Amino acid sequence: MGKAIEVKSLRKSFKGTEVLKGIDFEVKRGEIFALLGSNGAGKTTIVSILTTLLKQDGGTATVNGFDVASDPENVRHAISLTGQFAAVDEILTGRENLIMIAKLRHLPNPRQVADDLLIRFSLTEAANRRASTYSGGMRRRLDIAMSLIGNPQLIFLDEPTTGLDPEARIEAWKMVKELSDGGTTVFLTTQYLDEAEQLADQIAILHEGRIIAGGTLEELKKLFPPAKVEYVEKQPSLEEIFLAIIGKREVSNHE
Amino acid sequence: MNNYFFSDMSVMLGRSMRHIFRSMDTIITVCITPIAMMLLFVYVFGGAIQTGTDNYVNYLLPGILLIAIASGISYTAYRLFLDKQRGIIERFHSMPIARSAVLWGHVLTSLVSNVISLVVIILVALLMGFRSSAGVLPWLAVTGILILFTLALTWVAAIAGLSAKSVEGASAFSYPLIFLPFISSAFVPTETMPSAVRAFAENQPVTSIVETIRALLSSQPVGNDIWVALAWCLGILMVAYLFAVRAYKRKAA
Repeated sequence: MGKAIEVKSLRKSFKGTEVLKGIDFEVKRGEIFALLGSNGAGKTTIVSILTTLLKQDGGTATVNGFDVASDPENVRHAISLTGQFAAVDEILTGRENLIMIAKLRHLPNPRQVADDLLIRFSLTEAANRRASTYSGGMRRRLDIAMSLIGNPQLIFLDEPTTGLDPEARIEAWKMVKELSDGGTTVFLTTQYLDEAEQLADQIAILHEGRIIAGGTLEELKKLFPPAKVEYVEKQPSLEEIFLAIIGKREVSNHE
Repeated sequence: MNNYFFSDMSVMLGRSMRHIFRSMDTIITVCITPIAMMLLFVYVFGGAIQTGTDNYVNYLLPGILLIAIASGISYTAYRLFLDKQRGIIERFHSMPIARSAVLWGHVLTSLVSNVISLVVIILVALLMGFRSSAGVLPWLAVTGILILFTLALTWVAAIAGLSAKSVEGASAFSYPLIFLPFISSAFVPTETMPSAVRAFAENQPVTSIVETIRALLSSQPVGNDIWVALAWCLGILMVAYLFAVRAYKRKAA
């Protein structure tokens, strides 16, 4: 399998503060790669560099075989970014948002593209309402739908579930898995351990500007001492209780 | 620049024109407020103002048009700021589009929306008794100056929108611009003002622009005013353009 992203000793400073201190990692085509780190670890900086919004100070990064610094135009053709805050146009309707992006991607039939995505993301009923009236989950769905226009090979999701309620969060996870099943490479950042655990084929842990650990979940687990068997009464988590009460228990117990 | 610049820009134009027509607030500020001001000045204060012209609407209209432009461009700053703050610019910039189309789309929107509001205001002025003896060429000259003034202030607005830290900051810069016509010959002749105020009034850009438009519309010789007006507009336009593009590149790089 080819490499979708290759990052070598990437560095970036802001006003004298070193945010990225030499980052190396690779993402294979078709996998879900999770960059895990707390707030301020530099996740968004990495996303910004890979999506050509920001120039690095040192090191190289290639996306889909193109160098982000010297060939940003080709990178942009291959990718799509779903930023940390759902970047939808609130004054336009859901449909108009989708048509707008389809036009900017210069697709032949923007209305058809929009209608198909509205169905796929269960937004048909809300299609003619302004995005400002959408719930957080709907907004995120619209946001991701906008990112899929033009079938990019690689999708960047910067903290896709931050600020979502548990239901919307599970829904977003489902979407990410579907994307990946369809062959799209997904690069996501998250500060939630369970999100990386649920979704990612590969995980890299970013801490204070460095990748301090990386690999599959299994590989990461091996870094720790072997599991000890203990008997503990299992209490349901508040999330499980919440989901059970609102009748989404079957969803939370997927896998 | 890439091949899709114009098609991308027209998508941006369509988008922000929708923003304008869906925002009652914008329509009230850019169109209804100047008309209300015109009604107020003509029918309330106008009777007591001596301008030496037989028709106060004729005297007042150029100033009202400039006020409308100054309040119109504050929304350009506001829309640019929101695009920047809500990550929409980042979304556009991560796409294979002509990046400058995003900024130019806002500039074009400002131009189109201001032209629309100016036409509406002029129509209302006609109903209120505004008459002009000017032919096609003077009207074209008036149109040219108004467009130039709009573009100059739009680029100033772009700087404000791109560098502001808050929504209030993005639109606050336009208050002095809206206020400038009051300390000019837009509403009353400058002769009655105290000398310091008068010196300011006669040497700030609004007076020369107002005098030029007024002269053109009433078929009077424009004299030096037109060159002073053009110099102000072009000067502001060029300086503001350079700073705005620099601010935009800094955000985009």
